[in-house]
Amino acid sequence: MAKQMIEVNKLNKYFGDNHVLKDIDFHVAESEVVVLIGASGSGKSTMLRCLNFLEMKNSGEIFIKGNEVNPKKDNVNEVRQKVGMVFQHFNLFPHKTVLGNVMEAPTQVKGLSKSQAKKEGKELLEKVGLAEKANDYPSRLSGGQKQRVAIARALAMKPEIMLFDEPTSALDPELVGEVLQTMKDLAKEGMTMVVVTHEMGFAREVADRVVYMHEGKIVETGAPKDIFENPKEERTQAFLSSIL
Amino acid sequence: MYLQFISFWGGFWEALVNSRELFFEASQLTLALTAVSIFIAIFVGLFFALLKISNIRPLEWIANAYIYIVRGTPLIVQIFVFYYGLTNVWMISGFWSVSLGLAFHNGAYIAEIFRGSIQSIGKGQTEAGRSLGMSQALTMRRIILPQAFRRALPPLGNQFIIGLKDSSLAAFIGVSEIFAVATTQGANTFDYMTWLLVSAVYYLILVFLLTLVVSLIEKKMAVSGDE
Ligand SMILES: Nc1ncnc2c1ncn2[C@@H]1O[C@H](COP(=O)(O)OP(=O)(O)OP(=O)(O)O)[C@@H](O)[C@H]1O
Ligand SMILES: [Mg+2]
Repeated sequence: MAKQMIEVNKLNKYFGDNHVLKDIDFHVAESEVVVLIGASGSGKSTMLRCLNFLEMKNSGEIFIKGNEVNPKKDNVNEVRQKVGMVFQHFNLFPHKTVLGNVMEAPTQVKGLSKSQAKKEGKELLEKVGLAEKANDYPSRLSGGQKQRVAIARALAMKPEIMLFDEPTSALDPELVGEVLQTMKDLAKEGMTMVVVTHEMGFAREVADRVVYMHEGKIVETGAPKDIFENPKEERTQAFLSSIL
Repeated sequence: MYLQFISFWGGFWEALVNSRELFFEASQLTLALTAVSIFIAIFVGLFFALLKISNIRPLEWIANAYIYIVRGTPLIVQIFVFYYGLTNVWMISGFWSVSLGLAFHNGAYIAEIFRGSIQSIGKGQTEAGRSLGMSQALTMRRIILPQAFRRALPPLGNQFIIGLKDSSLAAFIGVSEIFAVATTQGANTFDYMTWLLVSAVYYLILVFLLTLVVSLIEKKMAVSGDE
């Protein structure tokens, strides 16, 4: 069996009285691409954010690369270095240039030298096709370019897992493709990825597994072909027919 | 009436020109009081702003108490408390006791300005920093504060101007800044109106220069990209 990069057992999360994640069991193997789908409010973002400890679970276990992480005891800053995250609204640092965004964490967190971080940063920008924008400020970029910078910025920490929370939902339709292409390239290189998206084409083509969430529970999980063509659960069928 | 005006204007003009060395010196003192007190007040303000947003109750209470006291008491009382308190205890000069009094006072208003601008920076910025493995303190220092400072500049500039004008209260404890020199000249010549207007001219010029400096800083910071 392949090495498990993420393992979640009986995860529960509440916001006040709102029981948002209910006994979630979830795992992601090395180099696996898992796409999370589900209706608005079903808990996809919360789930992703728990994996990165931006939200704190109420109960259950979370293992990252085989080690249980307890945010009260363990240094989550170190765990987060292994788990990159890309947000729906990019969240680039507006006061830093594109290259400055990418160099920030390696220099400040890992203590990489400026010259080394610059070299690596430029390579990453090259990779996402934005080398010529290195010295621009984010305000000058299109949404698609911003999101590719955000991906490069996360990759600069050399994470072993990447989390994407609706990375294309805030983009104009014509800009979605370039971001998805960057993510496909990443998947091809063997990156372990968990992606929340409504892009079913991407899920079909890239995902190893699709997970359908409904009201805080994982209702169905399987290969994209099975989920899209023969969903077993009625709720999955209803959801898919509502979006396709 | 008309002749009176002409003669007053002539006297005013003469006073303004002839007293320039006196007032240049006094202006330097006013500027020094303003610069020192504002400089300290920025750190005081930042410190209490961070206490206020710390989410640690006792620290929030301390910051609230400080702001409450500053807002609830007259500045002249604060300055005299610093003057009598500090000059007796540490034997520091009138200049420094006023500077610290003004810093104490402006710090509270600057704390509120910083708190507002820090909280105006979206949660996404903090999350982006944290998700890259940056600690809370590092995220605050590298990501939030630079943006918050830029947003705080217009109200800060306003507070700087208030601080400059409030430095005139130093006259009451014998610091020879602009207002003190004006009242001394007024007493000597029995012509308060002329000298008060002379002092007003100097305050207007200093406020003009300060406004210019603040807007230059604003422009310089705006170049480095806006959202
Ligand atoms: N910070 C928060 N405080 C309180 N409630 C929250 C918070 N974040 C999310 N929730 C609630 O948790 C539930 C799940 O939200 P979540 O954002 O995880 O859903 P989602 O599946 O990502 O939805 P969407 O497709 O709209 O992004 C919702 O009921 C939401 O209102
Ligand atoms: Mg969401």
